[in-house]
Amino acid sequence: MEHRPLISIEGLARRFGDSSQPAVFEDIWFGVDKGEFCCLIGHSGCGKTTILNVLAGLDQPSEGAVIVDNREIDGPSLDRAVIFQGHALLPWLTVMGNIAFAVSSRWPKWDRTRVQDHSRRFIELVGLKGAENKRPAQLSGGMKQRVGIARALSIQPKMLLMDEPFSALDALTRGMLQDEVLRICADTQQTVFMITHDVDEAILLADKIVLMTNGPGARIAEIVVNTMPKNERHRNDLHKHPQYYAIRNHLVEFLVNRSRAFDQEIAGQNYDPRRLKLVKPGLAAVNPPAEVVALTTGRRQ
Amino acid sequence: MTAFKNSLGLRAGLLSLLIFVAIVGLWQIATLPTAGTGPAMDPEYAKLVGAAAATGTKSSMPTPADIGATIWKHVLDPFYVRGSNDKGIGIQLAYSLGRVLLGFGLAALVAVPLGFLIGMSPLVYRALDPFIQILKPVSPLAWMPLALYTIKDSAISSIFVIFICSVWPMLINTAFGVGSVRKEWLNVARTLEVGPFRTAFKVILPAAAPTIMTGMRISVGIAWLVIVAAEMLVGGTGIGYFVWNEWNNLSIANIVTAILLIGLVGLLLDQGLAYLAKLVTYPE
Ligand SMILES: Nc1ncnc2c1ncn2[C@@H]1O[C@H](COP(=O)(O)OP(=O)(O)OP(=O)(O)O)[C@@H](O)[C@H]1O
Ligand SMILES: [Mg+2]
Repeated sequence: MEHRPLISIEGLARRFGDSSQPAVFEDIWFGVDKGEFCCLIGHSGCGKTTILNVLAGLDQPSEGAVIVDNREIDGPSLDRAVIFQGHALLPWLTVMGNIAFAVSSRWPKWDRTRVQDHSRRFIELVGLKGAENKRPAQLSGGMKQRVGIARALSIQPKMLLMDEPFSALDALTRGMLQDEVLRICADTQQTVFMITHDVDEAILLADKIVLMTNGPGARIAEIVVNTMPKNERHRNDLHKHPQYYAIRNHLVEFLVNRSRAFDQEIAGQNYDPRRLKLVKPGLAAVNPPAEVVALTTGRRQ
Repeated sequence: MTAFKNSLGLRAGLLSLLIFVAIVGLWQIATLPTAGTGPAMDPEYAKLVGAAAATGTKSSMPTPADIGATIWKHVLDPFYVRGSNDKGIGIQLAYSLGRVLLGFGLAALVAVPLGFLIGMSPLVYRALDPFIQILKPVSPLAWMPLALYTIKDSAISSIFVIFICSVWPMLINTAFGVGSVRKEWLNVARTLEVGPFRTAFKVILPAAAPTIMTGMRISVGIAWLVIVAAEMLVGGTGIGYFVWNEWNNLSIANIVTAILLIGLVGLLLDQGLAYLAKLVTYPE
């Protein structure tokens, strides 16, 4: 039986300008399963936002394709909600207006009260009750980000694409919002693709962490499976978990050293971008030696 | 005393009052009747301004009190009609205002949709840019003979001139505002699968509205400048014609009154549009 993940990224490359320019990234293959929380980690400028834009349908790849639900995407869709790197709220609309705009785009036939009732539910969900009539300029950074999250969730998408949604926030607000997103995603069985810079955030939230090397010509180095069970991940005592440091060290080591010198690392090795290594550094900490399983991500037979 | 020192508005107001009093005072002194010892006058000019001034017994320049009396006379009866050449200053202002609003409104009807098109389509922008660049710097009054020749109606011609001069700032500002709508706002609309018309009205228009309103404010200011000149040229009615007519009557007091009123109406137009602009401005 052919199995394809819900989102399947197949041979993606993107270059800006003519074809003589080096690609920002190339030969990107990976997938995100239904209900999975997938984080993409990589240095600034390696092309993470560009990948997300392609997934959202806002940008066209130079090569390759993104298959969602067995169909190649050819543009943006209400099924894939985007939480932008800047919050991207419409500044002339209130909180309610911003969310109602999304809701009435999703269900154009709904009348005004229905749209507002639905919107209000999601405003309450992200804890912004009472701020419905405020403009974005009157909100704090964390509140704006929450409006962005509420807007994305309110259209009840099949998947969420988030571009560093928490990076502009202070630690306390970030933690609170991470918990909220985790809860909401668990409740609604969301499929999530999220970009982050923050290693701890990835360990807390992700089931699977995709590691991207530095550009130009960035690739996916490997995929780290978060072997810490979801119910054992708590923000405040994450560091006490036996697997935590092994995973964290693996990620930090990648960002500090390997992301830069990945080409040398794979020289002479049989690196196949279509059959990425699935590494489980967390298990190595519990029962060494490391269990390294090679699996295809595009198609499994 | 400290309250006074701290209130900039109060001090500025007092200074304005002082300046006003000084100007009126100097004016009063300058227009005091002299006993025929004034500087020798160009005989041509003396003939023009009349005997009283030429002999120097009374300055042809009215005193502030004369102006005050004239203004008061106009305020008491702004809308009289005594023949085609003698109408109240209120009526003349209304003619001018009507022309400005008509020409400006027509210009907005053309400039805003066209500006949308230019701002959204690089092709249209490139195609129309040479025309705009060449026509924009032309003084609107240069169109007047052409308008008179083709339209054969002086009132409509001055409306056309107002149209022409109001169209450019609105066109350019609309195109600029529409063209510089933040990409991320457009992306929000795209990810929500919002159609082109809804995007235009719900995203692009409100995003560009402050810039469009700035263009309108510039346009209405220019239109109000131009209407006076246009009416001087074509005559008949309007505050521009009134000024020219009073120059022929040599009624400086009426001219000064008209100047003050033109300034006042211009201020009101500008403030009105500033208020509208404030309504559509959003803080980022
Ligand atoms: N429209 C564009 N035209 C030309 N180059 C672009 C464009 N957009 C992105 N790039 C280039 O592509 C590369 C990747 O950009 P991208 O925004 O995807 O980075 P990123 O990984 O999201 O970085 P960050 O973590 O800082 O957000 C950068 O080097 C950038 O200069
Ligand atoms: Mg980015």
